[in-house]
Amino acid sequence: MIYLQLLWSFFQIGLFSIGGGYAAMPLIQHQVVELHPWLTMTQFADIMTIAEMTPGPIAINSATFVGIQVAGIPGAVIATVGCVIPSCIIVMTLAYVYFRFRNLTMVQGVLGGLRPAVVSMIASAGIGLVLLAFFGAQTLPADLSGISYVSVAIFLIGFVVLRKWKVNPMYVMGGAGVLGVALQSLF
Amino acid sequence: MNGKKMRTLFLSTLQLSACTFGGGFIIIPLMRKKFVEELHWIDEQEMLDLTAIAQSSPGAIAVNASILVGYHVAGVAGALLTVLGAVLPPLVIISVISMFYAAFRDNVIVNMAMTGMTAGVAAVICDVICTMGKTVIQQHRVLPVAVMVLSFIAAYFFDVNIILIIVICGVVGALDTIRQSHRRKETGLA
Repeated sequence: MIYLQLLWSFFQIGLFSIGGGYAAMPLIQHQVVELHPWLTMTQFADIMTIAEMTPGPIAINSATFVGIQVAGIPGAVIATVGCVIPSCIIVMTLAYVYFRFRNLTMVQGVLGGLRPAVVSMIASAGIGLVLLAFFGAQTLPADLSGISYVSVAIFLIGFVVLRKWKVNPMYVMGGAGVLGVALQSLF
Repeated sequence: MNGKKMRTLFLSTLQLSACTFGGGFIIIPLMRKKFVEELHWIDEQEMLDLTAIAQSSPGAIAVNASILVGYHVAGVAGALLTVLGAVLPPLVIISVISMFYAAFRDNVIVNMAMTGMTAGVAAVICDVICTMGKTVIQQHRVLPVAVMVLSFIAAYFFDVNIILIIVICGVVGALDTIRQSHRRKETGLA
């Protein structure tokens, strides 16, 4: 039963994450944190962090991680399979159509309509992650004094460095880890 | 399709997938180098077309691109082989990490590093949002901006199901394409 749930959840994630990369993030959060009690928000943030540091797509990384946490190695394999089935079917169909008709205007039109929505949904899920980093909770607490200044500082430095010099996110992650250890040991 | 070619196809995808740090799009230039420049299995124009399809389809770009290359080189069997090659490295790496995750997370130093990196990943995501948001605004059209604002309000403040938002926005995009092509026809006649 749990295998079917994993398969179905990650099938939906694979089917509806359009635009690659972080587009899958809000869907994963919805399925594994909100809909099913598979991960806590902290574990979800951890898997986003691990996904950023290891090779491979975020959706596949999450599928493996969630699958193992919930149902061991078979769970990981099933969640991963669920995640790639929609891609296999749709991509092969599109490739067939494309090489026959060489026309993707409609597909690109639909994608054009989705792109702004994808930005908003990443933003919506991103706010949860920012709040988690700052306050250790996903929603804004009534008392703001619990804010972690170390995290705010790392966030701001990372953000400025990324916007200004467009460095590889890998270096920002590495730097954030080192700063996390250094600043928290000091203060 | 001989066994040697299949093996090269599988091993190449496996190797490329193991190198796609930081976002799936990285695999596109790597694939171009391998399959267009080194192996000459795909030509330059086809690679561009395959990239467009990989981006237009749901799912991870790296997985989609691998399926396309496999399908193009060796049909459905090739696609299944490349999808396996694309998925195995992250599956193995994350499995290993997951097994040590509990012990890993309880370590004080690791915990501090992870706290720092959560702030780092938040910064990376905000950077992605800014870059993507800017391209939407730079289209200088009302519809995409309206879609962006409305879907944010729906997702964040009203907790509307994400899948519903995606389906509605896809339909809006399709209708907009139809309307634009009609307009283009009309101006063409005039």
